Amino acid sequence: MKSIAGAAALCAFAAVSAHAETSVKVLRPESNSPALQQFWQDVIAEYEAAHPDVDVEIEYFASEAYKTKLPTMLQSDARPDLIYSWAGLTLVDQVKAGLVQDISGELDQNYLDSFSPGALAAFSDGGKVYGLPMTERLVVFFANTELTDKAGIDLSGIKTWDDLLGAVATLKEAGITPLVSGGKDKWPLHFYYSYLVLREGGAEAIRAAMEGDDEGFESPAFIAAGQKMAQLAALDPFQPGVLSASAEQGNTMFGEGKAAFLLMGDWAYTQTIGVSQGSLLEGNLEILPFPSVVGGAGDPAATLGGINGYAVTTGAPPEAIDFLKFLVNAEHQRDGARRGLFVPVIQGTGDAIETPFSQQINAMIEAAPEHQIFLDQFLGASVGGTINDISAELVSGDVTPEDAAARIQEAWDFR
Amino acid sequence: MAAVEMTAESPSATEKLRRRITSGRMTAAIVLLPPALILFTLFVIYPLAGSGVYAFYDWNGYNTPTDFVGFGNFERMAGHSVFQQSVMNSLKVIAVSLIVQLPMALLLALLIYRRTPENTAFRLIFFLPYILAEIAAGLIWSFIVDGNYGVVGDLTRALGMEPYFITSDRSWAFTAVMVVIVWKYFGFHMMIYIAALQGVPKDMIEAARIEGASRFGVIRHVQIPMIRPAIIVSVFFSVIGALQVFDVVIPLTNGGPSNSSHTIVTYLYTFGLARLKIGYGSAIGVTLFIAAVLVAVFYQRLFMRKPA
Repeated sequence: MKSIAGAAALCAFAAVSAHAETSVKVLRPESNSPALQQFWQDVIAEYEAAHPDVDVEIEYFASEAYKTKLPTMLQSDARPDLIYSWAGLTLVDQVKAGLVQDISGELDQNYLDSFSPGALAAFSDGGKVYGLPMTERLVVFFANTELTDKAGIDLSGIKTWDDLLGAVATLKEAGITPLVSGGKDKWPLHFYYSYLVLREGGAEAIRAAMEGDDEGFESPAFIAAGQKMAQLAALDPFQPGVLSASAEQGNTMFGEGKAAFLLMGDWAYTQTIGVSQGSLLEGNLEILPFPSVVGGAGDPAATLGGINGYAVTTGAPPEAIDFLKFLVNAEHQRDGARRGLFVPVIQGTGDAIETPFSQQINAMIEAAPEHQIFLDQFLGASVGGTINDISAELVSGDVTPEDAAARIQEAWDFR
Repeated sequence: MAAVEMTAESPSATEKLRRRITSGRMTAAIVLLPPALILFTLFVIYPLAGSGVYAFYDWNGYNTPTDFVGFGNFERMAGHSVFQQSVMNSLKVIAVSLIVQLPMALLLALLIYRRTPENTAFRLIFFLPYILAEIAAGLIWSFIVDGNYGVVGDLTRALGMEPYFITSDRSWAFTAVMVVIVWKYFGFHMMIYIAALQGVPKDMIEAARIEGASRFGVIRHVQIPMIRPAIIVSVFFSVIGALQVFDVVIPLTNGGPSNSSHTIVTYLYTFGLARLKIGYGSAIGVTLFIAAVLVAVFYQRLFMRKPA
């Protein structure tokens, strides 16, 4: 029995290696979602069936390892053909170094027009396209309605930052932990800072800072964002030990009903809060957009999140581009959306989303006048790391809003 | 040898060369040296020289470095408060290793160096933390000190106290790191001392006893002087090891809160590698390398010579 299976496997292997002349190597950070892995397997199987001479291989790395190993891998002979990318300045650096290729010529206008405009722009630089976006991510407030009801809070009344601060105070009085976060990883706290910057000055303030207008990153929008964050921190709104909790711990605590609000990306819904696995929160979960700030120049409907996809490396075979187009076609965008895996980026495919949660996320992204990429990705690894640092330090009270802005500027100058 | 030969016959230079070649030594060197030399050059000298060059560039790791900044990276590093803190922390680790860890290891070694079944059991227990992978040790301790789910959390709850999170307390987080380091490595040094103590001749200890030495006197005047070489080696390991602490810190505090618990190496990783400032990281690496070499050279000169 064993030998038959072995022989069969050998034949299958021989068959594959006899036909497969080109291999397309995809490098991506590991996903802990079996459903997403299944999606990939299905897409690859379908592609390989249609193109017997192409062999698509995926390689995984843990997220942090992925970011640090990528520069080396891109410059080695083991260079992958398609690399996962969070876009932003990291992609621009790769473009400047000539490590990713311009694929504009391979994409027809109809296809380009089918993307939501912001999404494609994230993978373009100077009018050239270097990869394709696959999904958009959104950071929202998750609310545990059981706890907010207990404290007598009307969620629909939380429109402004001051409303949120009021809710925090009410929850504290009721003995409920208002907010939970993973401060050891720092990036969950940077969501607050980034959103506040976006509300105070809009994406325009970030663009202006990058171009060095006015006071750069020490402009009023950044300082005001720091002040608002310090204002929040003064209420001691987080769970005890927030600075030693990892992002997963934060999400888990929220999933266990230990805090009223969690500011997190939509991926937490299935991956860690575990609503799909019959969590305590089922039926008690609502999402709210980040509140506006009084007098802020940013549009209150603007969103913060990710635009994630794949870039094509220099020297990748044409098959790699072909596979990428296949992966990000309307049909697979629809398929991924239907499976509840991601919010698609091709216009008109969002209607395939079946879960009310993802529908709501999709609607918020579609209604947004601008979708700002996470600042820690958007501004590159070094400045991004500094933003994460100061966000955590604003919560612990170790830095003033002015010094926080100055440190970002300093990191930007030293970039 | 060579000197004797020379005075005996005082052969000419060409003669010496001829002899060397024909003696087979030269051939042996020519045949045997290159593999080792090539490997050493490829994996030690070349990367070292490489980072020595990168340290003078502002470089994000892509393509070849072009933005020459002279000593800019070093100046930045010297002025960065987090770097100063990380140097302080590394010095603290050295101090704790020398003042707490080694005396503790020596004390335990003195208690259990004799070969008995109970002692073997204790040796194993004390040595266990050292066998554990550093990352695992860091993770285990991060669970222990967790104020919600960990042992500390259980304790504070049992005592009816407010939950306490040592790793989010700026003034105590690094203390937690040092406790783990001492816990992790004392067993290693204890083993060095045990091996050395077992090598102390029994008759010397007996003689000292007969001469009327107390237990303490034997330790002070016989055993410790006899294991001096072992102590010197263990101090050396603990200082060099302290400069390299990395994998315990990352899972335990990740350098936080507010970057207050970095060691030099976690600082290098966080601010050099993770943020893709490879040039800056190289400057830190070069500095650390020089520090380690200086320690090694001076230590060898001062303590590791043959006793007179």
